Amino acid sequence: MTKLELVCPAGTPAALRVAVDAGADAVYMGFRDETNARNFPGLNFSVDELSEALDYAHAAGAKVLLAVNTYAAAGNSEPWIKAVDNAAKLNVDAIIMADIGLLDYAHRTHPDLRLHLSVQASASNAVAINHYTKEFNIRRVVLPRVLTVPEIRDINSKIAINTEVFAFGGMCPMAEGRCSMSSYITGKSPNMNGVCSPASHVTYIQQGHDLKTNLADFTINKFGPNEQAGYPTLCKGRFTANEETGYLFEEPTSLNATGILLELMEAGVTALKIEGRQRSKAYVREVVQNFRAAIDAAEQGERMVIEMDNLSEGGQNTTGAYNKKWM
Amino acid sequence: MDVMNNAKLSLGPLLFNWDSDKIRDFYFAIADEAPIDYVYLGEVVCAKRLAGKNYLPEVVERLDNAGKKIIFSGLMLVLDNRDMTALESVAAMAPEYLIEANDMSAVSMLWQQNHAIGPFINIYNEATLKYYEDGGATRISLPPELPAKSLRALAKVARSELEVQIFGRLPLAISSRCYHARAHKLHKDGCQYVCEKDPDGMTVDTMDGQKFLTINGLQTLSYSYCNLMAELPELGQMGIQNFRLSPHDVDMVKVSRIYRNRLDGKIDLEEANDILEAEMFATRFSNGYYHDEPGQKQVETS
Repeated sequence: MTKLELVCPAGTPAALRVAVDAGADAVYMGFRDETNARNFPGLNFSVDELSEALDYAHAAGAKVLLAVNTYAAAGNSEPWIKAVDNAAKLNVDAIIMADIGLLDYAHRTHPDLRLHLSVQASASNAVAINHYTKEFNIRRVVLPRVLTVPEIRDINSKIAINTEVFAFGGMCPMAEGRCSMSSYITGKSPNMNGVCSPASHVTYIQQGHDLKTNLADFTINKFGPNEQAGYPTLCKGRFTANEETGYLFEEPTSLNATGILLELMEAGVTALKIEGRQRSKAYVREVVQNFRAAIDAAEQGERMVIEMDNLSEGGQNTTGAYNKKWM
Repeated sequence: MDVMNNAKLSLGPLLFNWDSDKIRDFYFAIADEAPIDYVYLGEVVCAKRLAGKNYLPEVVERLDNAGKKIIFSGLMLVLDNRDMTALESVAAMAPEYLIEANDMSAVSMLWQQNHAIGPFINIYNEATLKYYEDGGATRISLPPELPAKSLRALAKVARSELEVQIFGRLPLAISSRCYHARAHKLHKDGCQYVCEKDPDGMTVDTMDGQKFLTINGLQTLSYSYCNLMAELPELGQMGIQNFRLSPHDVDMVKVSRIYRNRLDGKIDLEEANDILEAEMFATRFSNGYYHDEPGQKQVETS
């Protein structure tokens, strides 16, 4: 079994240096526009910043993966085309994409550019993955967070490319790239705008002792004085269905796969992805250091469960769909 | 408005878990009475629901005899062997029938044969549209999230027949987790098929009682029912001639007649919407996505 590659978030040039110094094998980032799925104010890279980041990462032996993982808009594909061309010009180690039209363009125009299939493409089975491989020569697939470990093992036995899976951070309960709940409520979606439940549509309203969190005038949650209020991501709120109110879609919780690294290795996984380009440097440092230790231990056959509750949404952890019980 | 005699109405795949008798009666009525040209059949949400369903041969025969064109739709999320087996059995009906791919695995199985692409495949731009057309897609139902400017840009270059959903709750998300089971404190494996209790989906309210979303097993739909009655002329001018009605537990024969009469210029917009609203008592309609607004919004068009 090969050692797991640790792929870490770089929301900013400063976070990139922190991640590399803390032991990342690879870092990923986006350009500062709608071409990437963390199109948040204050985040991401200019072309010049990416160029400097490549020097810094490569000097430390770390790879740089550029996410161009939203869907190009009809009638306005220029920003996406430009992002792909810039990635090729700067010689990034790989580009992470979901849009078929862009994959096709990148494969034809820049045959030497290494392509990774983004989680946003939601390729959840070997037949789909093999189609992308055959058509665009993708070298790695980031698997959607809807698969169990046995399903991942089965996929790996039927494909010829690397697989990367999410190991820590915020977790979509929906198949990624196939969810437009955010645009239904706010007009902005991950696929079209690179955002989900955007901060521009969030309001916090104090009602007596309770704090209410709204997204575009819809109540996403209410917190009592002794509860820690979370960000109103629309699938992580409390709602009423079948005459009961609760976390219908998902609890406010974070994925933490430190406890199942041996199983993921055994299932043929190549790389682990840490979510959180929007997170602080301190967060990135701690998570990357912990995963560095857990991966090094796993290489020796040792299991190292690291709680990191202080870094989790709502102070809770889950292994999500990796364990069938989640479904 | 100009009469849109060339426009075709289609009935999308049934998204809900009705029992075989109800499904049979539903499609018999569609075959015998509805002014619908294309009928999509098959389970797109959850392969577990296929167990024990036996309506298909009779329904296909009745629809065939009525002159309806049948398209078979494949699953939208393909994870395990059960899903893949279900999808393979649908794909095996090509080329006798046109098959609608709703996952890349289905696209792969149908590659370089004539096929249809469903709204669960992400087509947001011209290059992607061209890729699928080059691969054999002759009929493409576009994602409901697209605004008019995207639809116009795609219609301008399309070589395939483009379709847009004009009626019914909008598909918003799919998961491997079953929210119907979860709301009933059950696990997906022991779901007891609780989704069959809600023939139009289970509504989700906010803690302040706002109507929010609809749960349909692994799928999440909008609470509001999309209605693009007012937008039909503009869609026609773009060159889009295929209009999808998504089946609901209402009188779909009557609903299809309202849209057909409107397309044929037999009733005006106000009358058409009045009849639809009377038929769909206490329902909220929306057209926001088309107007580049949040999907749940109803934008006044007159």
